[in-house]
Amino acid sequence: MDAPVIDGWFTVDGGTAHLLGTRCADCRTVCFPPRTGFCPNPRCAGENLAETRLSRRGTVWSYTNACYPPPTPFVAAEPYTPVTLAAVELAEEGIVVLGQVKDLTVEELHVGMELELTWGPLADGPPVWMWGRP
Amino acid sequence: MSAVVLGAGMHPWGKWGRPFTEYGVAAARAALRDADLAWTDVQYVVGAGTIRNGYPGFVAGATFAQAMGWSGARIASCYAACASGAQALDIARTRILAGLCDVAMVVGADSTPKGFFKPVGGDRPDDPDWLRFRLLGATNPAYFALYARRRMALYGDTAEDFAAVKVKNALAGSLNDNARYRRTVTAGQVLDSPMVADPLRLMDICATSDGAAALVLASEDFARRHGARGPVRLAAVSTVTPSFPDTVLGLPDFATDSTAAVPPPERTFRASIAHAAYEEAGLGPGDLSFAEVYDLSTALELDWVEEIGLCPPGEAGKLLRAGDTSLGGRIPVNPSGGLASFGEAVPAQAIAQVCELTWQLRGRAGSRQITGARVGLAANQGLFGHGSAIIATT
Repeated sequence: MDAPVIDGWFTVDGGTAHLLGTRCADCRTVCFPPRTGFCPNPRCAGENLAETRLSRRGTVWSYTNACYPPPTPFVAAEPYTPVTLAAVELAEEGIVVLGQVKDLTVEELHVGMELELTWGPLADGPPVWMWGRP
Repeated sequence: MSAVVLGAGMHPWGKWGRPFTEYGVAAARAALRDADLAWTDVQYVVGAGTIRNGYPGFVAGATFAQAMGWSGARIASCYAACASGAQALDIARTRILAGLCDVAMVVGADSTPKGFFKPVGGDRPDDPDWLRFRLLGATNPAYFALYARRRMALYGDTAEDFAAVKVKNALAGSLNDNARYRRTVTAGQVLDSPMVADPLRLMDICATSDGAAALVLASEDFARRHGARGPVRLAAVSTVTPSFPDTVLGLPDFATDSTAAVPPPERTFRASIAHAAYEEAGLGPGDLSFAEVYDLSTALELDWVEEIGLCPPGEAGKLLRAGDTSLGGRIPVNPSGGLASFGEAVPAQAIAQVCELTWQLRGRAGSRQITGARVGLAANQGLFGHGSAIIATT
């Protein structure tokens, strides 16, 4: 795998993709993207945020696509095929995470269906996390 | 004691291709004429800023003050994305209520580039707005589409419902001289327009526009001395953040807050914006004569109708289909024509909403006048967690 498009947000371990969040040692609040410094819970003074791998499966909260090429700094493929996006709810963490969808169009998605984390390359090469068919 | 609106003014919205300062000055002068005051009577000026015009936009207050002619007034500039205008209003109103000035000018204007809003240039991986485009290509309409699709799944709303919002707002906009789009549209035209972010089509999504709006605020005492009869009162200006954990995916975020440790708050962010205004005004949704809400997309208007409390979650489509939210209906929503008819000129739009509240409450909204309008609410949400709502009364 090339260097990820951003450091520390996801990893591919033995071919399996994982989102990397943080968990507050004091109140157990989970964050994605990972945070440094201070827990976002306004009633928690926690400063010990440990890296945690998020659940790899969740249910679709909602989805859409980009029928026109998104503007820079996105790098669109030539010829352009619509990017599909899904917001996926991870039950254990109580968090909804947005990502590109791999190899599925909006016609094949519905709210509530299960998706699994995977990864794929952006048009200019670096890998990013994606949601895919389990 | 209240702060009151003595004057409201706009520059018509469109794609005019001129510097934003010109639009702002035109709106400010219109507001001063409406107030029957001179620029040199203004003791405090607040400019709502935009980041897309570079350095002058960051110092909007001074840019407008210089263009109007340096007058030695107290001054502020404020940027809060789509809530910029409301926060500028909040600052001016607060200064009046504190007794620090009698007359204040609030002005916002923008010259907006064509196409999708996009982040400031350069390689900036520490900026979440830059990152959402770089990693996902997630434009603003993509987020609006997520909300729209969610409505379809939860409540059974249809593309025809969304199109009906556009038809309604375009009809109202056709009666507004300041609106960019003055043509009525049919549901068929909306449903035939190109898909942008499924399920939203081009005519479901508001355009980017040039435009400007300005208000002259005053203390009640000054208004009385000045001879203003029955001026519109600002009963509440709410500027709130979300409450943790915010469980609705908001622009430009990659994820919601987690509910692993803390249960979700009683109200969603958008609902909390209006709630704070109702609490401050001592009023409720049942007191409203009409509302201006942020129809960045057709479907988003339906979310707002529920979140300002006009009906329970899931029932905004029912209100729409019954004609309740149309001009002449029980509780008109976006009688100005909304962003559907104006487009986005970010620092101006929250101020433009209050211009509409003012004209409606004065009974001077012409052919789009709501009979007996007494209380109006304007609500909006600014990127990165700025919420604002304003309640004005006769």
